[in-house]
Amino acid sequence: MKLKKFSRLINPQSIALVVVLLVNWALFPGFFNVTWQDGRLFGSLIDVLNRGVPVAILAIGMSAVIATKGVDLSVGAVMAISGAVAATLVTDGYPAYVAVLAALAIGIVCGVWNGILVAFLEIQPIIATLVLMVAGRGIAQLITAGSIVTFSDPLLIFIGTGSFAGLPMPVVIAIVLLVLSVFLVRSSAVGLFIESVGVNRAAASLAGIRSGLLLVAVYGFSGFCAAVSGLIVAGDIKGADANNAGLWLELDAILAVVIGGTSLLGGRFSIAMSVLGAIIIQAMNTGILVSGFPPEFNLVVKAGVIILIFTMQSPLATRFIESRKNARALARKAS
Amino acid sequence: MVDTTMVQGATDNPFVLEARGVIKIFGQSRALDGVNFGLRRGEVHALLGENGAGKSTLIKILTGAYQPDGGEVLLDGEPVHFADPLNAQAHGIGTVYQEVNLLPNRSVAENLFLGRQPTRFGFVRKSLIEKNARELLSRYGLDIDVQAELGTYSVAVQQIVAIARAVELSGKVLVLDEPTASLDKYEVEKLFEVVTQLKQRGMAIVFITHFLDQVFAISDRVTILRNGRLIGTEPLAGLTRTDVVRMMLGKDITFAPAVTGIEERAAGPALVEFKDCGKAGKIHPFSLKVRRGEVVGVAGLLGSGRTEMARLMFGADQCDRGEIRIGDKPVSLGSPAQAIAHGFGFCPEDRKIEGILGDLSVRENIVIALQGKLGWFKALNRDEQMEIAGKFAEDLDIRAASLDMPVKLLSGGNQQKVILARWLATDPNFLILDEPTRGIDVGAHAEIVRTINRLREEGLALLVISSELDEIVAYSSRIVVMRDREMVAELTGDNINPSVIVQAIAAQHETVAAEGASV
Repeated sequence: MKLKKFSRLINPQSIALVVVLLVNWALFPGFFNVTWQDGRLFGSLIDVLNRGVPVAILAIGMSAVIATKGVDLSVGAVMAISGAVAATLVTDGYPAYVAVLAALAIGIVCGVWNGILVAFLEIQPIIATLVLMVAGRGIAQLITAGSIVTFSDPLLIFIGTGSFAGLPMPVVIAIVLLVLSVFLVRSSAVGLFIESVGVNRAAASLAGIRSGLLLVAVYGFSGFCAAVSGLIVAGDIKGADANNAGLWLELDAILAVVIGGTSLLGGRFSIAMSVLGAIIIQAMNTGILVSGFPPEFNLVVKAGVIILIFTMQSPLATRFIESRKNARALARKAS
Repeated sequence: MVDTTMVQGATDNPFVLEARGVIKIFGQSRALDGVNFGLRRGEVHALLGENGAGKSTLIKILTGAYQPDGGEVLLDGEPVHFADPLNAQAHGIGTVYQEVNLLPNRSVAENLFLGRQPTRFGFVRKSLIEKNARELLSRYGLDIDVQAELGTYSVAVQQIVAIARAVELSGKVLVLDEPTASLDKYEVEKLFEVVTQLKQRGMAIVFITHFLDQVFAISDRVTILRNGRLIGTEPLAGLTRTDVVRMMLGKDITFAPAVTGIEERAAGPALVEFKDCGKAGKIHPFSLKVRRGEVVGVAGLLGSGRTEMARLMFGADQCDRGEIRIGDKPVSLGSPAQAIAHGFGFCPEDRKIEGILGDLSVRENIVIALQGKLGWFKALNRDEQMEIAGKFAEDLDIRAASLDMPVKLLSGGNQQKVILARWLATDPNFLILDEPTRGIDVGAHAEIVRTINRLREEGLALLVISSELDEIVAYSSRIVVMRDREMVAELTGDNINPSVIVQAIAAQHETVAAEGASV
C-alpha cells in the first residue's frame, strides 16, 4: 500500500523536475542552499517557487478550462487589466482592499465574457478568448492612460513582495489557491462535470448537466486566477505596466497544463500536476539565469526539455513501458 | 442524342457495375454479408435500407473508399480493384454526397474545372473555362452566372454543379448519396429532371434516399438491404409502398395474426401529456398521453420525425407551440436538466455521439445523471458511486472487467446498458428510449427487452422508438406511427401488429391506412 502511494509519485513530471533541479545544481553548486534572513527564507529554490507563482496560478484556472476542451488565451491580458485597475484605483485614493476586490471582480467579468462567447454563442474557445487577448491589453492601456502607473500602497506591495510564515507572499497565495481549488473541484461534483463536458458536451447536456453554466463558471474562474496573478505581478514591480504585465504568460500556462498531463482534447485533468508543470518551467528559467548562460538559451533549452517530457508521456512510450511491465510480470510468474 | 430503344429496354442492359458476393467485416460484425448488386446502363437504381443495413458500406466499396473482405466488384463484366475514390472516378464512377464536396468560395466555373483547367503558357484560361462552364451547365438547364462564388447559390444548384462535375469526370456511373435531404420540393423536381436526362443519356445511377415518395417518383429498380444482407432487387413497377416497407423492416409478406400478449393499460390518468406540441421545420404538432405502467411504442422510418419527437419530449429541443402537462400542472421543458428534475430519462439513438462519455469510467458514466440531478455541491463520494454503479451493473448484467475502466472499451450492448443504468439510477418515472436495441448483440438485446418489460411492471411510463416491429408489438400497449415528421396514427388493441404498422408507415398522404387510426 505504502509502496503503491510512493510509486504514484514516480511520473514523468516529477522525474523531469528532479532532473532539472539536479542539472541546475551541477551548473550552480549553491542552487540548493536555503538561508534564513530577516524572518524569511532565501535561496534559489525559494526563488523558483516565487517566480513560478504567476504561471502556476494561471495554470490552476487553465487546467479547468482545458479540461472542458477549451483554452483561455486571454489570461495574460486579464493580468494586465487587473493590475491596471488596482494601481489606478489606489493612486486615485481608494483604499487598497477596494482596489483588490475591484481587480478580482474585473477578472471574473472578463472570464465570464469569455465563457458566454464559448458556451452560448458557441464560438471556438481559441477564437473567443483571442478577442480579449488582443482587446484586453488595449483596455489595460486605456485604464492606465498609456503610462506605467506606480504606487506605494503597502497592501498591494505586500501581495507581491511580502512574506508570511517565512515564505514569500505570492507562494503562500498560490498554495492557498491550489489547496482551495483542488478541494472545491474534488469534494464537489464540479470536477466530474468538467470532465464530462470536456469528453462529450452533447452527452453531458443530455445527462442533465447545465453545460453552459458550467463553462461560464470555469472561464470565470480562469479570469479570477488571472486577476490574482495580475495583482501579484503589479505588487512585485510596485506598478502596473499595461504593455508587459503577463505578456505571453498564457502560453506558459497552457504549456504548464500540458506538461502536467492534461490533454488539450479535454477530459481528465489534475490541477496539482499543472502547478508542478509551472514549477518545472520556472526551474528551467531560473537554472539558466543562475548558471550564467545568456538568457537566450532559455527558450531553446526549454524546448528540449519539453520534447523530452512529451516523449515520455507519448502513447509510444506508454506502450513500451506497459509491455516491459507485462514481460516482467510474466517472467516472475514463470520463475 | 436520346436513344429511346435503349432506355425502354434499360432493364435488359448488361451490368455496368456489379458487386458479387461482397463481404465486409468490421471487428466482430459483418457489415455486408455476401451482397450482390447489379447496376445497368440507363437505369436509376434505388438503394434502400434502415441505418446499419449496409447501404453506405456497399457504396463505399463500389466507389473505392473501402476494400471488400470477400467477393468481387466487376466493371463492364471485368473484375476491377479500386484503390481509392479517385481511382474509381478514373474508371468512370462519380459520387455526389448530401453535403456538396466542392469549394464554396470559388466560382462555379472554377469548381467545374478544378484540377483540369485548360492553360496556355502556364496560365489558366479563365474566359475559356467560363465559356465551357456555361455550355456544360446549359445542358442541365441551368443558366447562371458562372463567375459567381458557388456558395452564393442554393444547395440545389450546388448539387447540380456537383453532378455536372462528377458526370464530366467519370461519365459511366453516378452515385447520388441522399442528394435530396436538404432540398425543398421544387428543388427536388429540378434535380430529378437532371437525373432523368442523365438516365436517358445512358448513365447508370445509384440513388440513395430515405424518402419513399422519391424512390417511386424516379427509380426503375430497387435493391433493399437489411442487417448487411441482400433482401432483394426488384423492378419498382411491380411493387407497392407497403411491399418496400415490409422488405426494409423485415416483415414477411404473409403476416402472423396479431399477438400482443399485453392487455391494454389505458386505465388511469396520464403521467405526462403532450398537447399539440410541435416545432416548425422539425415536427408537426402532435398530441400524446403516456401513463404509468405502459409502454408507448413509436414506429416509423428513419427521418420520419421520431427522434425529433423524443428530443422535444426531453427538453433537448423546445416546442414552439403546444402544451406539456405533468399530472394536472402545465410545465415547460427548457432543457434536459429540467426534464430530469421531473423524473424523465432519455437514451439517445446515437450512443457514441450523444450517449456515452467515452474516456470516463463505467462508474462515472452510470452516476453522471444522478449527480447532475443532485447538483454541483452534493457530491457522491467514490464509495457511494461504486455502490450505485455496482448495483445497476449487476441488475442489468453489465459485463465490464472493472467499473473503473473507460466505458469506450465496452461492447455496444454493454454501453447501451450503461446508459440505461445511468437513467435507472435517477429513479425516473418516464423513460424515453430511442432505438435501444440497435446494433447490439443478441444477449444484450434480450436483456434490454427484459428490462423494458420489468420497468413497465414496476409502474414506469416508457416511450420506446424502434425499427424492430416484432419487438415493439411485444411490449407496447399502444403504438404511434410517424411519417414525414407527422404523427399519422395511434394504434391500439388488435391493431398492434406488424402488418397494420407497415401499412400506416407506407400509406400515402391522402389515405389514412389503419382503421382505428386516431390522431
